[in-house]
Amino acid sequence: MIADTTAAPVLELAHISKRFGPIVANDDISIALGRGELLALLGENGAGKTTLMSILFGHYTPDEGTVRVDGVELPHGRPRAAIKAGVGMVHQHFSLAPNLTVLENVMTGTEPLWSPRSRTSAARRKLLSIAERFGLGVDPDARLGDLSVGEQQRVEILKALYNDARILILDEPTAVLTNIEAERLFTTLREMARQGLSLIFISHKLDEVMAAADRIVVLRGGRVAAERRAAETNKAELAELMVGHRVTRPTREPAKAGATVFQASRLTVSIGGVERLKEIDFFLREGETLGIIGVSGNGQAALSQLMGGLAAPTGGEMRLFGEPVSALDVHDLVEAGIGRIPEDRHRQGAIGEMTIWENAVLERIRQPLFSRRGIVNRSAGQAFAATIIEEFDVRGGTPTSRTRLLSGGNMQKLILGRNLYRRPKILIAAQPTRGLDEGAVAAVHARILDARRQGTAVLLISEDLDEVIGLADRIQAIVKGRLSAPIAAEDADPRRLGLMMSGDWTSSDRTPNDRISDGPPGEGHPHAS
Amino acid sequence: MTGSATGLPAKDILMRLERREHRPLLLVVLSPILAVVAALALAGLLIAAAGAPVLEAYGRILTGAFGTRLAATETLTRATPLMLTGLAAAVAFRARLWNIGAEGQFYLGAIMVAALGSTALSGLPGPVLIPLLFTAGAIAGMALMLVPLWLRLRFSVDEVVTSLLLNFVAVLFVSMMIDGPLKDPLAFGWPQSMPVADHALLPKLIERSRLHIGLAVAIVAALLVYLLQSRTVFGLQSRAAGLNPEGAVFAGVPLARTLVKVACLSGGLAGLAGAIEVMGVKGYVTTDLSPGYGYAGIIVAMLANLNPLGVIAAAFFTATMFVGADGMSRALGIPTYIADVTVALSLLTMLIAIFFTQYRIRR
Repeated sequence: MIADTTAAPVLELAHISKRFGPIVANDDISIALGRGELLALLGENGAGKTTLMSILFGHYTPDEGTVRVDGVELPHGRPRAAIKAGVGMVHQHFSLAPNLTVLENVMTGTEPLWSPRSRTSAARRKLLSIAERFGLGVDPDARLGDLSVGEQQRVEILKALYNDARILILDEPTAVLTNIEAERLFTTLREMARQGLSLIFISHKLDEVMAAADRIVVLRGGRVAAERRAAETNKAELAELMVGHRVTRPTREPAKAGATVFQASRLTVSIGGVERLKEIDFFLREGETLGIIGVSGNGQAALSQLMGGLAAPTGGEMRLFGEPVSALDVHDLVEAGIGRIPEDRHRQGAIGEMTIWENAVLERIRQPLFSRRGIVNRSAGQAFAATIIEEFDVRGGTPTSRTRLLSGGNMQKLILGRNLYRRPKILIAAQPTRGLDEGAVAAVHARILDARRQGTAVLLISEDLDEVIGLADRIQAIVKGRLSAPIAAEDADPRRLGLMMSGDWTSSDRTPNDRISDGPPGEGHPHAS
Repeated sequence: MTGSATGLPAKDILMRLERREHRPLLLVVLSPILAVVAALALAGLLIAAAGAPVLEAYGRILTGAFGTRLAATETLTRATPLMLTGLAAAVAFRARLWNIGAEGQFYLGAIMVAALGSTALSGLPGPVLIPLLFTAGAIAGMALMLVPLWLRLRFSVDEVVTSLLLNFVAVLFVSMMIDGPLKDPLAFGWPQSMPVADHALLPKLIERSRLHIGLAVAIVAALLVYLLQSRTVFGLQSRAAGLNPEGAVFAGVPLARTLVKVACLSGGLAGLAGAIEVMGVKGYVTTDLSPGYGYAGIIVAMLANLNPLGVIAAAFFTATMFVGADGMSRALGIPTYIADVTVALSLLTMLIAIFFTQYRIRR
C-alpha cells in the first residue's frame, strides 16, 4: 500500500464488496484518491472496474463497504447525492441527446422542470468560463449530433464540470477515441488535475495508463491486485499484475512468401459519392501479412468494406488468384475461402440476439453442408459451432446460447474461428483486437500468425502500431485514401511509421509521379505512442 | 425497449431492466394468469360503478365466450381472421418491417374475392375456385404491402407511415367499388358488393354455426409460418435482417430481396384473412367487414411475442375477450364501453406480463 502523503484523501472507498448472484464483482476493495491526483484503474474486462465506479456513483448498492467524499459518507444507491458531493461521471457510452445543442445538453437536469424560463445566458457564461479554464473548446450552440466523438466526450466532461464536479470518473474514456484525440484528452485531464481536480480513469490499455496516470490501481478478479506509482513500474509488470501471469504477445517468424493471390492496381472506391480510396496499389501473397497503418478515418473503413465485399471499386483493376475481377461480393468471397474479420464485431461481425451457431453458419448458410433446398440443417450448424467453441477456446457460451452474452474477446474468437476453421487462402482482418484486453489480444495474434504460417495471405488493417509491427511483414500507410509504397517490417521503426502516417512520403517510398502534395492530414502530428 | 432511455431525471433511476436469460417455468405459467386476474380486478371497479354484480359479470364473460355452442363457435369464428392478421404482423415485425397496413390489405383481399368470386371466375367448380380465390386475395394484400416497401427501399420512407396511410386509401377504394362497379343491385341501395357465388363459400366446420374451415386454414398457416421461420434459410436470413441489418449484409444476406419476401408473406397473410372472412362469414363485402382485425392483429402478434405458434393462442385469447365482454355487457345491461375497457385492460396487462417474463427489474 502506498500512503497518501497529500493530506486527507478527497475520496475514499473502503472495503467495498458486491456480488451478483454467484459472481463476486468486487471483493473488499479499498482505494483512496488525493486532491489533484490522476489515478488509473487498470484491469481486464470483467475485473470489476465498472462495477466499482458504479457503486461510487450510486448506480449500484454495495453489499458491504462505504464511500466517503471529504470524509463524509455517501448514502448508497443515490446518484443525486454523489453529484451533490461533487462526483461527476463520464460514461463510456455518452448520455447526451444528439438533437440538442451543446449548451442545452449541459443544462439538462440542472434546472427545475417547472421553472417558467430557463436561465440560458447565465448558463452560457458559466459553460464558457469552464471551457476556457480547462482548455475544452466547444461551440455552445453546435448541435451535438454534428460533433465528432471526441468533441462529444468533451461535452460530457463539461457537463460534469458544470455540475461542479471536483472528482471526475471516466469509464474507458479512450475506447471510442483516435490516438490523437486520446492524447488531447490526457493533456486536458492533466491540466484538470493540476488545477486541483481529482480524477479516476478506467482503462485496460497499458500504454495510456503508464503515460498519463500518477498512480495505478490494478484490479484482478474483483480484488485489488496491486497499487503502483506510475514512475515506479513498467508495462511488463503491469501486464503481469493485470492478467495474473506473464503475458507475452506471440512473435513473428520470418515469412516465406508464396504466390500473389490478390493484386489491386490504381484502385479507386467511391462510397456515397465521395472518393474514399484513390488509386491505391497493393498485393497480398501466400504466407505473408500486409499491414495497413494510418490515423483513424483515412480510408480504412472503405478498404475493409471493399475487401469484405460490401463496396465495389469505381476505377482500377483487381486480380484475385490471378483472374481479373470487377467487384468482390460477399457470396463469392465466402465461396472462394476468403476470411473476413470486420471492423466492428458487434455491428457487422455478429448478430447479438441470434445464437452462436446461427452466427457461426450465417455467411455459409447456402452451402450444402448447412442447408438443403432451403431447409437449414440445424444439427450440422450446432456441431460446427461446437467445434469452433472447442478449438478456438470460446468461453462463456454454448452453440445455442445467445451471442450477445459473449465478451468482446470471445466474440472475436468466434468470428476468427468461423473464418480460420477452413484455412482461408486470404484473411482480411480489420482492427482485429480493438477494445480487447491483453489476454485476448495475445490469443488473436497467435491465431493470425498461425494462419499465416499455414499459408494464408493476411491483410491487416489496424490503427495499433505495435500490433502492425508485431504481425506484419510489409507495411503500407493509408493517408487520405491513398496508400504509400510498402516498406519491409525490418525497416520499420515508430519514427518512420509516424512519418508515413502523416503523409510525408519521400521519393524512396513512392514512385516519382508523386501525387501527394497536400501535406499532412488533419491537425497535429500523428504520433505513435 | 430497454429501460435506459426514459424522460425522467435519469440520474435518479434506481431500476434497470435486464433481459432474462432463463425463464422460470412457474413465471411463464403464472404471469398470464395473474395478468387476466389483474385486468378483471380493474374492470371490476368499473362494473361495480355501473351498478352490476361484479362476480356475476365475470361469469358472464366466460359464458359469453364459451357458455353455449353458439358462443363458442362465435369465439372461434372471430379468432380466425385475428390469427391471420396476427401472423401478418408477427412475420413482418420479426424482420423489423413495420407493416401497420394489415387492415388495408385485409380489405383489398376481400374486395378482390368479391370481384372475382361473384362474376369472372364464378363458373369454376368449388374445389378449384376456393384455392384460386385464396390466392387472389393474398396477391391483392401482397401488392398493397409492396408499395410501402418499395418506398422504403427506394427513398428510405418510413413504412410505418405509408403502410398506415394506405389503410385509408384501401378502405376508400373498397367503398368506391361497392358503391360503383361492384355494387349489389339487389341490396336495396345499401353499399355492399355483389355476393360471391354459393359454391365459393367455405364449408362449415360445425353445422348451424358461422364456424368455417377458415379456422383450419389459419392454424395450418401458423404452423407453416413457424416452420418457415425456424427451419429455413429464409427464416434465418429474415431474422438476421431484422435484428441487425448491417451484420446481415456483412454475412451476405440479400437485404432487399429478403424484405421483399417478408413483405409478400405479411401482406399475403393479411389479404388471405380478408378473403377468408368474405368467403367464410358474410359472402359479400361492406365497409364494416372488419371491426379492426388488421390493427388487432398487431396486438395479437405482440401478445404472441411474434411467435407464430403463440399467435394461435393469442388470437383465441383476444377473441375470447372480445366476445365474452360483449356477452357480459348485453346480459347485464351495462354500457358496452365497459366491455371495450375490459378488452383493452386485459390486452395491456397481458403485454406487461409477457414483458416481465422476458425482462427483470434490477437495482
